[in-house]
Amino acid sequence: MNRRHVFALAASALLLSVSAPAFAQETVKIANISELSGPGATSGVNWRDGAAMAIEEINAGGGILGKQVQLSQYDSQSDAQTSRAMVQKAIDEGAFALLGTVYSGSTIVNMLVAQQAGIPQMTGSEAPKITQLGNPYIFRTSFGAQKSMPKIAAYLQDEMKVTKVAVAWVNTEFGKGGHDAFVAEMKERGIEIVADVPSENAQADFAADVVKLKGSGAEAIFVYLTEEESARFLREARKQGISVPLVGETTLIGQKVIDLAGEASNGALGHVSLTPDAPVPAVQEMAKKFEEKYKYRADHNAIKGYIGAYAIKYATEAVGELDSQKVAEKLHGLTLKAAENPGILIDISWDETGEVSRESYLVEVKDGKQTVKATLPAN
Amino acid sequence: MNSRNLILVLVGIAALIAAPLGQGNYVIYVLCSWLIFSIAAMGLNLTLGYAGQVSLAQAAFMGIGAYTTALLTMAGVHWIFAAPAAMVLCFVIGLVLGYPALRVQHHFLAFVTLAFSTLTFLVLRNEEWLTGGSLGLVGIMRPKFLGFDTMPQLHFYYFTLAVFVLVALLFWGLVHSPWGRAFKALRENPIRANSLGVDIRRMTLLAFAIGSALGGLAGALAAPLVQFIDPPAFSLMHSLKILLMVVVGGSGYFFGPILGAGLVIVMPEFLRFTEGYYLMIYAAMVLVLMIVCPTGLIGLGRKFASQFKGRSVRGDLKEGAKL
Amino acid sequence: MTEFLQVVLSGLATGSIYALAAIGFTLLWQASQTINFAQGEFVMLPAFFVLIGMHVLGMPLIAAMIFALILSLILLGVIFKKFVIEPMLPHGTLPIVMATIALGILMKETVKEFYSAEAQPYPSLVADRTLDFFGAAVSTQDILNLVVSMLVVVALQFFLSGTRTGRSMQATAQNPQVAEILGVNIKRMVLYTFLINAALAAVASFLISPIYLAKFSNGEPIGLVAFIAAIVGGFNQIRGALVGGLLIGVVDNLAAIYVSAQYRAAVPLILLIVIILVRPQGLLGKAEGRAV
Repeated sequence: MNRRHVFALAASALLLSVSAPAFAQETVKIANISELSGPGATSGVNWRDGAAMAIEEINAGGGILGKQVQLSQYDSQSDAQTSRAMVQKAIDEGAFALLGTVYSGSTIVNMLVAQQAGIPQMTGSEAPKITQLGNPYIFRTSFGAQKSMPKIAAYLQDEMKVTKVAVAWVNTEFGKGGHDAFVAEMKERGIEIVADVPSENAQADFAADVVKLKGSGAEAIFVYLTEEESARFLREARKQGISVPLVGETTLIGQKVIDLAGEASNGALGHVSLTPDAPVPAVQEMAKKFEEKYKYRADHNAIKGYIGAYAIKYATEAVGELDSQKVAEKLHGLTLKAAENPGILIDISWDETGEVSRESYLVEVKDGKQTVKATLPAN
Repeated sequence: MNSRNLILVLVGIAALIAAPLGQGNYVIYVLCSWLIFSIAAMGLNLTLGYAGQVSLAQAAFMGIGAYTTALLTMAGVHWIFAAPAAMVLCFVIGLVLGYPALRVQHHFLAFVTLAFSTLTFLVLRNEEWLTGGSLGLVGIMRPKFLGFDTMPQLHFYYFTLAVFVLVALLFWGLVHSPWGRAFKALRENPIRANSLGVDIRRMTLLAFAIGSALGGLAGALAAPLVQFIDPPAFSLMHSLKILLMVVVGGSGYFFGPILGAGLVIVMPEFLRFTEGYYLMIYAAMVLVLMIVCPTGLIGLGRKFASQFKGRSVRGDLKEGAKL
Repeated sequence: MTEFLQVVLSGLATGSIYALAAIGFTLLWQASQTINFAQGEFVMLPAFFVLIGMHVLGMPLIAAMIFALILSLILLGVIFKKFVIEPMLPHGTLPIVMATIALGILMKETVKEFYSAEAQPYPSLVADRTLDFFGAAVSTQDILNLVVSMLVVVALQFFLSGTRTGRSMQATAQNPQVAEILGVNIKRMVLYTFLINAALAAVASFLISPIYLAKFSNGEPIGLVAFIAAIVGGFNQIRGALVGGLLIGVVDNLAAIYVSAQYRAAVPLILLIVIILVRPQGLLGKAEGRAV
């Protein structure tokens, strides 16, 4: 009687515990793994609340394939290793599909676990690498930086006629991903990068950064910082009198940043795909409901979480049975129209890598309000 | 070690062998992290509990160990060579850091290690050509030993357990050697120890360097466990977490850090039903423990035990005397 | 040259706030050998008291600040000393270190759960205007920070060396046994120190939050910088902490421009290590009498 036997027993017990509920379950188990504590808590909590609101609506409307959905929450603590453990735990506990995480560094690690178990995973992360690793179980809820940067680059080149640009970015895995994608796109288009200024996470004083950018001779500055840093940056830029346009992503011109930076945010330009202010009634309605329910304003992560939960519902119902494997297969190449699937808010399609296509908007801040300057088609 | 303790230890090891059987991957993963953090905490315990120096860089040493092991194993070197290399590197860095810091006053090692911890983070993040930068290193392989592949979670657990038991035995030998006894003398009365001819500075320095090397070994195990490493996993917050393990468990006690590591890692599981509040409750518990019993849980246990000493423990002692 | 002036001025304005937190650090260390790892959270919290005063209780800004100051004195001064530090004092520094780390997490998480996980805009005391100073842009907030910090430090120095109570506090810090023999009420002097630390933290909070925004996680970087500033300047001197704070503010900015933006955070740390090796008592500190 030996170890080998014990191992075999343990292994088969393990297999049983994972696969058995798939046949007998009365409810559909969906697990959300996000940053509920630590530095990513703001994003992670938004994402969780968006997903929870969607699941509540889904259950009120009869659930998935007539079965109620049970959403369980796991805290990644904004830490990649913990997120991996939590995904493992969610799968051990019989999750049918996964939501999360928002941090790219976490997703890159924990998606390996979901891949081994063959469980589809809806992520909120935007780092380009995620869909380039050939993982057939990972799906985005919003397109990655390598899809948004060409849209911004085209706007910089064709509309603004910029030939020299400067980049200000936060030196974390979030900022690094965006920075690299942007720089690659600029090189391809022959736009010169005259200043490349990384800053620290939670940096207080942006004086030196702005001094460098100001003296660089750039015709536009691309700003890729998180919300609070964007607000501090915008104020410092206003103080030192930067006159060239500041262009960024959602994190530069979101309502949160406008509230924090006040007057200094006027004139900033940003590319956004999902924002509570998108000129789409369904999105605005979702944002309104969210604010009534949770007493704070939804950001893009809340909308992503909401869409992610609905995507699982629609894909599962398109398959017609609770089979994680088939749902993952179904999602590849799937297009969901908001007209037939209202929970998806804006038309969306997934390609073979799990990457997303969706139209997006170029927004300018005027008098403390986002105004849409242009609609950029899906690419 | 008397026979009763020996039996207890053997029962403990048997329990550790049986613990993961029939458990899910997640539970085994948690057990692995407990053993790994126990090794790191034991290292810090040597620095803190025996030599009386605060190091705020234990996670940084884990990071150095993890990156060294990851880079070497990914370049084709076997773990059995990569891990000792990581330990030697940490040992040497420990000497280089500790030598000047211990030259001056009591608490300066804490400050130097504080700075070192953040510097390590910056180097790991910025030197992208070597470390992969903020995106980290993915795809670290788990080692194979003569046909025993540690790739399955359960196998990796037994591999970790073997290393853990080995380290614990060596550590036990170390603190019960004449050398280890000198530490105790040092901790209890430094001036007297000095007059007895103990070279305090050299002893302390060696303790710090060995403690750091154990941090490196923990890192060498953590890298293949997670199969991914990135700089934030070894930041100052994590050094403080390891420090917490040692102090909560009871610094200066052999089993203190092992108990502490278990609590720090498992506690969030027990408090998960409180959702967002668990960190608050957790912090409040540490705060109360420190106020009520600054010597940690083992100290608290002894305090209770000594209250009953009058009757029950006396009997034991008599029994012991007969044996 | 304008560039240089700009970063130095901005660095001084930010550094003056670091200095306030660093001074509190050194005071606590002197009075009770307490290394307060929650010092950053002490600076984070009063801003939220102000926000509660304004948005929950409907007070005007000034009233809310007074409310916040009083709350800080009670919670971060009296309660902190009586119920956290005092029971641990006989057991040396380490339990205090652990307890203040835990306290910091507790404060941070409480704000996150009961107020908000998001950064909050925070009102400034002065109208936001930018002035031109030999080509460098200086905001009214910058000037306010510098002026208030300097006034506080001067007032504190005057109090410590010019008044009876202040001198008793210094005596307590230098040698509690002797001070006690000379009839100083040590417990009261230590309490004063904790109250001053709480007040300094509150002032730092009021000054930094308009720029830094009020957020639960702000404490960690502020606490770390204050700690470095205190060691660099001299752990046992108020002037030292002031110089340390200003120096770190300026060095951080200069490093970003002239050394490497990626390693800007490393420069103050390397400075710290060099200071410890070359001049362990800090730039302006006096060598400490205690051997162990």
